[in-house]
Amino acid sequence: MAARDQHGKSAPWSPTPGGEPQFQVVGTAQRKVDGLAKATGQALYTDDIRLPGMLHAKILRSPHAHARIRSIDCSAALALPGVHAVLTGASMPIKYGVIPWTPDENALAVDKVRFIGDEVAAVAAVDEETANEALKRIRVDYEVLPAVFAPEEALTRTDVQIHENPEKPGRGNLSKHVRLEFGDVEQGFASADVVVEGRYRFHGTTHAPIEPHCAVAQVAPDGVLTLWSATQITHYVHRALARVLELPESQIRVIQPALGGAFGGKSDPFALEFCVAKLALVTGRPVKMLWTREEVFYAHRGRHPMQLAYKTGIKRDGRLTAVDAKILIDGGAYSSFGLVTTYYSGQLLTGPYDFPAYRYDSTRVFTNKPPCGPKRGHGSVQPRFAFEVQLDELCERIGMDPIEVRRRNWHGENTQTVNGQRITSSGFLQCLEAVERASGWKQRRGRLPFGRGLGVAGSMYISGTNYPIYPNKMPQAGIQLKVDRSGLVMAFTGGNDIGQGSSTLVRSIVAEELGLDPRDVRVLAADTDLCPVDLGAYSSRVTFMVGNATIDAARKLRRLIQGAVADSWQVSPQRVFMGRGEVFDLEDRSRRISTREAFHIAEERHDTLGSTGSYNTPTLGGDYRGGTIGASPAYSFTAHAVEVQVDTETGRIRVENCWIAHDCGRAINPMLVAGQMEGSAYMGIAEALMEEHDINRHGLHAGPSLLDYRIPTSVDTPELHALIVESLDPEGPYGAKEAGEGPLHPALPAISNAVFDAVGIRLRELPFSPGKVLDLLEQRAASSPSGRLHRTPSALEEARP
Amino acid sequence: MRVLRLEINGDHHEVGAPDHWTLLEVLRYGLGLTGSKQGCDKGDCGACTVHVNGRPVLACMTLAVLTEGARITTIEGLAGEHRRRGGAGVDPLQDAFDRCGALQCGFCQPGMLMSARALLEREPDPSREQIRQALSGNLCRCTGYTQIFQAIELCAAERAGRTPAPPSWSAQPPWDARSHSAPDAEPAPGVSLPQGGR
Repeated sequence: MAARDQHGKSAPWSPTPGGEPQFQVVGTAQRKVDGLAKATGQALYTDDIRLPGMLHAKILRSPHAHARIRSIDCSAALALPGVHAVLTGASMPIKYGVIPWTPDENALAVDKVRFIGDEVAAVAAVDEETANEALKRIRVDYEVLPAVFAPEEALTRTDVQIHENPEKPGRGNLSKHVRLEFGDVEQGFASADVVVEGRYRFHGTTHAPIEPHCAVAQVAPDGVLTLWSATQITHYVHRALARVLELPESQIRVIQPALGGAFGGKSDPFALEFCVAKLALVTGRPVKMLWTREEVFYAHRGRHPMQLAYKTGIKRDGRLTAVDAKILIDGGAYSSFGLVTTYYSGQLLTGPYDFPAYRYDSTRVFTNKPPCGPKRGHGSVQPRFAFEVQLDELCERIGMDPIEVRRRNWHGENTQTVNGQRITSSGFLQCLEAVERASGWKQRRGRLPFGRGLGVAGSMYISGTNYPIYPNKMPQAGIQLKVDRSGLVMAFTGGNDIGQGSSTLVRSIVAEELGLDPRDVRVLAADTDLCPVDLGAYSSRVTFMVGNATIDAARKLRRLIQGAVADSWQVSPQRVFMGRGEVFDLEDRSRRISTREAFHIAEERHDTLGSTGSYNTPTLGGDYRGGTIGASPAYSFTAHAVEVQVDTETGRIRVENCWIAHDCGRAINPMLVAGQMEGSAYMGIAEALMEEHDINRHGLHAGPSLLDYRIPTSVDTPELHALIVESLDPEGPYGAKEAGEGPLHPALPAISNAVFDAVGIRLRELPFSPGKVLDLLEQRAASSPSGRLHRTPSALEEARP
Repeated sequence: MRVLRLEINGDHHEVGAPDHWTLLEVLRYGLGLTGSKQGCDKGDCGACTVHVNGRPVLACMTLAVLTEGARITTIEGLAGEHRRRGGAGVDPLQDAFDRCGALQCGFCQPGMLMSARALLEREPDPSREQIRQALSGNLCRCTGYTQIFQAIELCAAERAGRTPAPPSWSAQPPWDARSHSAPDAEPAPGVSLPQGGR
C-alpha cells in the first residue's frame, strides 16, 4: 500500500476501542461537510454572491389589505437615471402555486392585491438606493376594497371575496374543507366513562430564519438562465420558473448556495425568484434581490392560526374511546401548501395513541393577511397542542398518571392507525420511559412546591410524505456517485442542505458503504444542472429518502468494486471487504490494498466508475379521498417532559428544563440528531411563551423586526436535554427516521400541562402570556375548590412564601 | 463619499465609501469580506458582530468612519490571529464549534463566534451563565444554543486541560466529532510565515 493511502491517527475510526464495531461511520458524531467553511466565514450564501455588472432589484408592495389595481404608471420610475427595468404583473401573468391543484399566486399582482405587502411591481437599478428611489415614483391607482381579517367573518361574508370561485359563487374565501370520519364516533363517546370538550387557540408564528430571502439571476449568452436562491426546494422553484417565465425547464438552472435557515419558510416559490429571473432576461445583466427583515415577516408562510374544538372520550382504565375535532384555519391571502395543511390538521393526530373512532372537520379560509404555509411540524403542531392538553385533563378526571395513560394507549408496532396509516417501528414507549426517568417524574410530579410543576406530552410525525406534490411515478430521491482515480468519491444530490446536514448524511453513508474516510467523499448538492432530482428539504423526508437513495447508489458501486477485486484475487466477492480505507480478504487479512488501488482495479475492468441510486415510496395510505395525505413510509415519535416555574405575581412562566426523548429510528450522526432535537424543542418553547405573528385589524404586522417578534436569546432558552431513542425502522436507512420536525410538537402542550401541575390552571390558548396566566389564576381563586386538584387553592396560598 | 483608512484582520485598506455607510456595508460591499452577515440591518440579530479593538460590536450599527484608526477583526481574521500567535489551522473555538455540531445553517455563527471569542479573551473559563449572558445579543434560530454552549465549554476546558462532561445524548466518549481534525501546520521547508504580533 502506498504511503499516501495510509490513514493516520485522525481517521474517524481510530478511537474505537475493542473489536470491530458494527459500523465505522454510522452512529458516531461526524463533522459536517461545511462546518469549518461556515465557522471561518468562507461559506458563500446567496447574498454573498456578487457578479460583474450586477443590478439590484426591489419590490413595490401594496399598502392596502384588499384593493383592485386600476392602473400602474411606471414612467417616472423609468426616467430615473440608473433604472434599467420596471416590471408589473402583466409581464408574468401565469399563476402558480406550490400545490399544483391550487395555483392562485402571481409573481406580481395582476388585478388585485390581497394583503398589505402583496407584490405589485419590481425595479432593477444600478444599486439598491436607486431602486428604492424608483419605487417611490411608481404610481399605482388602487380601488380600495373592504378587507376581512377574522376567519369566522371570512367564512360568512359573501360581499367580500378574496378569491373568485367560479364554481361556487360567494365561496371565494373558502380555501379548503375536509371532513373525514373513521369508526363509530358516537358509539365511542357512548362507551366512554368521561368525555371532555374544550376549545383551544393557536395564535400563529413565523419561521424567522436569520438569513433573509435572497435571489440572484444571470442569463448566459446562449439563453440559459441560472438562478441562485435561498430556497429549500430547488426542484419546485425550477418547475415554477419554467411555468411562469414560459421557458423550457432545460433552459433553467437553479442552484441553492449555503442557506441561512428555512424551517419551512423557504419552501414556496417566491416573488423575488421570478422577478430577478425576468429582470435578468430583459436587461441582459445579472440581478440580485435581497429582502429586508420587514419583507421577510410579510412573506411569512408561517404556522397557521387555528381555532380548535376537541371532544375526547376515555374509560376509567385509561383507554381512549373517540376523538372529535373541529378546526378553523386562518390561511391568509393565498393557498400556499394550504390544501395539505388542512388535511394534516386531522390526518397526523392518529398516533402514537390508538383510538377506535375519530372524526375531524377542518376548514381553511382566506383572509387579507400575509399567507400562511408550512412551518416545522406542518399542520400538526396546533392539533397536537390541543389534543395533548385535553388528554392531560382526561388523565386528571380519571385520576390516572399522564404518562401511564399515554403508555396504555400506545398503538404498538407494525400496526395501522384508525385512518389507515401504516405504522412500522415505534419507540414511543421508550421515549416515555426516558423522560419519566430523566425528569424524576415519579418522585417529583405533583410534589413540587407551589409554582413549580412537571408536564408531559407525546407526538408522532412523518418521515417524508408518500405522495409527491405533483403526481408522478419517478423516484422521490436520486443520487449519483462518481469515482475518481485519486481515491475520492464525489456524490451529487438534489437534496437541499439547509443546515440540517443532509450533505453530511450523504457523505457518512457513502463512507460507510465503501469503507472510506469521510474526508474522501465530497458532496455537491442542490444544483439542478448537475444533480439528479430530489424533492427537497421538506416534510422531514431527507434522512429517510436521500439516505435510502445513497445506500442504493453506494451498494451498487461497492458490488462493482468488490467483484473486480475478487476477480483479480481469484476469490469469491463475499471475501472482499471494504472498510477503514482499505480493501482486504476476509479469509486472508494479509491480502490488502487501499481503496484507491481497488478503484483502479475496478476502473480497468469496468471503464469509468460511477453509479446512481434512488428511492421511491411504497404504495401506502387509506383507501379514501385524501387517504394518501399523511401517509409516510415511517413515523417518528417524541415525548417531552418539561419543568416550569410560574411566578404568580407577574404571571410569567419560566421553563427550567426540557427533556426531549425522540425515536429517530437510528441516529446516523447522533450529534446532528441531538442538534435537531434541541433546535426543535427551542422553537416549540418559543412559540408557547414568546412569539406571536400578530397582524392587527388594519392588516399590519404588529412588529416586523427581530426585536419586536421576540425569538428567544441564549438567556431565554432553558436547559435542553436530548435523549435519543433508536427503534430501528425496517425500511429506513440503517433503520433511521426523521429528527428535524417531530421533536417540536410536544413542547407546547407539555408546558401547558406543567403549568397545571404547578398552579392548577389550564392554558388552552397560545401564547402563554403573563396576562392570560394572571386571568386564569384569578378565575381559579374565585371559583370554589374542585376537589380534584392535587393541591387546593387554600393549600396553594399557604405554600406561598 | 470619502476615503477611509481601516485596519482589518491585520491588513491596511484604503476604501472609498459614502459617509453614511456602516462598517458592515464597507466590509461586505466595499471589501468583499462577506463572512460578516446581515440578518436584520438594525442591531437585533448580532450576525454582523466583529471585533473593534478586541471588543465585540455590531458592524451594522457602527458608522465605518468611526472605526478609522481602530483594530478590526472579522470572522475571516480569527484563524489568522490564531496563526500569528503560533497556532496552526483554525482558531480552536472555530474547530470546537464544528466538533460539537454548533454550526447548523451557520448564518448567525460568524457573529456568534466573535462574541464567544471575545468572552474567552476576558474570561478563559466561563460558567454556563456567563456564556449565556455573553451571547445574549446573538440570535440563533437553529440550535437552541445548547451545542454552542457545549462548544465554548469544550474549547475552554481543553485549554485548561480538562475533559468536559458528555452531553445528555451521548452514551460514551468520544461524543464530539474530533475525528479528522484540521491538519496541523508544521511549516514546510522553504516556507516562511510572519510570527507574533502585528
